[in-house]
Amino acid sequence: MGSLNRFGRPFLALIFIALAALAAPSAKAQSVAEIVPQMYDASLGDLRDAVAALVATGEDAALPILQALGAGNLYEADNGGIFIQTGRNQYEDALTGAEADLDVTGDLSTIRINNSLRRDIAAAVGSLTLMSENPATRRAAAAQMFSTADPANIELLDQALAEEDNPGVRTVMEQARAAAMLRADISEEDFAAAVAVIAARGDRQALGILNANLANASEAERVNIEAGISRINQSLQLWGIGQNVWYGVSLGSVLLLAAIGLAITFGVMGVINMAHGEMVMIGAYVTFFVQEIIRTTNPGLFDYSLAIAIPMAFAVTGLIGIAIERGIIRWLYGRPLETLLATWGLSLIIQQGVRTIFGATNREVGNPSWMSGAFELGGLAITWNRMWIVVFALVVFALLLLVLNKTPLGLQMRAVTQNRRMASAMGIRTPWVDAMTFGLGSGVAGLAGVALSQIDNVSPNLGQSYIIDSFMVVVFGGVGNLWGTLVGALTLGVANKFLEPYAGAVLAKILILVLIILFIQRRPRGLFALKGRAVEA
Amino acid sequence: MITAKIFEKLGVKAIWVVAILLALAIAVPMSNLLLPVGHPLRVPNYLVPLMGQYLTYATLALALDLVWGYCGILSLGHGAFFALGGYAMGMYLMRQIGTRGVYSNAVLPDFMVFLGWRELPWYWQGFDMFWFAAIMMAFVPGLLAFIFGWFAFRSRVTGVYLSIITQALTYALMLAFFRNDMGFGGNNGLTDFRDILGAPIPAATTRASLFAASAILLALCFILCSLIVRSKLGKVMVAVRDAESRTRFIGYRVENVKLFAFTVSAVMAGLAGALYVPQVGIINPGEFAPANSIEVVIWTAVGGRGTLVGPIIGAIVVNAAKSYFTGTFADLWLFILGGMFVFVTLFMPKGIVGIFTSTWSALQQRRASASAEKGVDTEPPTPPAQKPQPRQSNDAPDGAKPSPAE
Repeated sequence: MGSLNRFGRPFLALIFIALAALAAPSAKAQSVAEIVPQMYDASLGDLRDAVAALVATGEDAALPILQALGAGNLYEADNGGIFIQTGRNQYEDALTGAEADLDVTGDLSTIRINNSLRRDIAAAVGSLTLMSENPATRRAAAAQMFSTADPANIELLDQALAEEDNPGVRTVMEQARAAAMLRADISEEDFAAAVAVIAARGDRQALGILNANLANASEAERVNIEAGISRINQSLQLWGIGQNVWYGVSLGSVLLLAAIGLAITFGVMGVINMAHGEMVMIGAYVTFFVQEIIRTTNPGLFDYSLAIAIPMAFAVTGLIGIAIERGIIRWLYGRPLETLLATWGLSLIIQQGVRTIFGATNREVGNPSWMSGAFELGGLAITWNRMWIVVFALVVFALLLLVLNKTPLGLQMRAVTQNRRMASAMGIRTPWVDAMTFGLGSGVAGLAGVALSQIDNVSPNLGQSYIIDSFMVVVFGGVGNLWGTLVGALTLGVANKFLEPYAGAVLAKILILVLIILFIQRRPRGLFALKGRAVEA
Repeated sequence: MITAKIFEKLGVKAIWVVAILLALAIAVPMSNLLLPVGHPLRVPNYLVPLMGQYLTYATLALALDLVWGYCGILSLGHGAFFALGGYAMGMYLMRQIGTRGVYSNAVLPDFMVFLGWRELPWYWQGFDMFWFAAIMMAFVPGLLAFIFGWFAFRSRVTGVYLSIITQALTYALMLAFFRNDMGFGGNNGLTDFRDILGAPIPAATTRASLFAASAILLALCFILCSLIVRSKLGKVMVAVRDAESRTRFIGYRVENVKLFAFTVSAVMAGLAGALYVPQVGIINPGEFAPANSIEVVIWTAVGGRGTLVGPIIGAIVVNAAKSYFTGTFADLWLFILGGMFVFVTLFMPKGIVGIFTSTWSALQQRRASASAEKGVDTEPPTPPAQKPQPRQSNDAPDGAKPSPAE
């Protein structure tokens, strides 16, 4: 069936072309290059023939010429050349695309057309696009017709619909047809059906069309349209919620990346690492560094820069983390408040160090091509970099879960989290576990830095802006359980984005902080608290 | 009689500190105002408000020490109480500007006219009277600390968790005060003050009086802290710091003790902030920044926590160093501050005062042993206890008695 239709489309186009050819018996099958010069100084009748001939060529090159003619952008020069206006005082040759040199061509004047010819051209353009082999072209043409909603297109759309086998394109065509029908003089049933089709589309454009028709509708039609409008509003609201959830998940995944390393070190060692944000910052600078080297030595590798930066950032920040643990933190065991202060001091030193080396200004970190741009999913607009960060966060989370649950290191870490002294008595080298934990937590912070470099400014203050939010996630989610961090991060992210439309970004943040402070009163150890007597120690 | 009793309670060291502070309160203004310009002993004009600021910082550090050094509550949000007191003072000073503002509005401060506000918000009422503003300087920080502490201590939020939520508290307040519709001047805060209690702020006499007021406030806070620390309640506070669960099991209401210390400390911080504002001439939401509050912790740590003189010394030393370095080697200062955090926590947990007392006691020990070798019969002095143990004092035999926190 499908293959039959594939053959059917060119066939239909041929019929149309044949019809057009009948209207202009003088024109044989000519090429675009032969037809265009005939448009110079042509009468309206000659132009009509030329349009029909252009359609008959079936060449892609005919389309821009027809569109330019229809829009009044096609010019004829004194020397007989035909030009398309591309901008203010900029013209290019309709055939070669070469820039027009006004000294050679002489004066340019618009090729004038009348309304009936304009309709012909619109139909011709529609047929060239709606019958195109390429589904994307067909969809674009249909979408264009949806927004113009010209009753003159109905016939054309009917023809195209008869042939269309791509369900997606078909829907758009039906909507375009319905939009055009609303403008035409039709029966009440047809009107109701058309409103239903448009309402089913459910986006702002559909809402606009229905609202435009509301003004000059009869009483019965008005009821129909209003029902359709409320349906659209409902679906818009649903999509709006969906969009908010997505923003929330996206923010939550950033929080998750920033907080998860913190949760590990806090869970295992009971130590708040105030320099965690600076590890994130260093990860971002590693990304910058890698990209700089790639730019200068091998620009072709740029799309792979993140793949190189990820292990690099993990290694660099992980090693720095181990150095911090060995150098400072291990001397402060059992004094968590002092550790907090020492790591805060460290964060000041690291920040100032980076500021001295790289400067205080923002550094440019580029998006690889596969991370730029956006796509639409139903009513959701999703940018690729956010999408990849969500994926990345979940992958990091899964890997950490794997490390914690399936490796000897993870086993030892869990043992130390639950009962340090007992673990030590069982022969686990707790200092070594601490060092590895701190290295792992810092390494994950470095990974977060790679991700954040794609959506945030890379500056020495990068880490600071995330550190308090990360603490909130850890405090909210509880320690010793990665799932707590996941739930905490996503909850805070989504809650934040849901409060924002009502309260504004700043007030939303304040509300969240207040809610967390209140929440801590109810559950002082977070959502997923460890139980047992070891906790109090 | 009463003064004699207070003297007895304070102890010799505390009386010395108070005496020095009061002497400063008299000597510095006199030297600034009476001595001719260029005299070697004259305190230059720029130094008077600067030293006044240091003294308010010292009061803030002292307030923090009361909760951290004696009660084991590491508050990373004490800057919030300081700033709230400062805003109360700032509101009074704004109301004093009157028609001299840019928009010459007798009631509304300039920023409100600029934002198109018609009338004064309810929470600005009354701030044109100094007595009311003065009460608010103590009451608002105290009330916030009381409510916050009541929730936090009752549900036994302790240790790092408490530190983090105090940080969240000041962060939330910072975000809130940055908003224009809060009615506190938003980003720019409150500034362009003209006079305080009728005296023009830029005048040398006003600055000298503000300095004296700061010194006296610090002396009063010091006396208060000394009395608290040396009372039975102070001993319970130390017990809470060293073994919270044990103190609770003995029968003390730990949360009440903590709440008392936290609230008193917040009031002190608020009053310090109130005196700080006229001396710097501005209060803005930046004062709520979490980094500021953590810096207060390092002043206390450098000076020596768990001692009352320590935070005063620490605040003055660190801030003098800050003024010097940010003036001459601006890039170096954060390295030094950061290094100070690391060095102090690792190598001098008792701060400057700790080093001083330990060398002092070591010296005395050596002297004692030397004299013992010579055969002189003196009793070797016991080294002063640096960290009082949570032992029951003899005059409170029944441990189940509720603590006198209320």
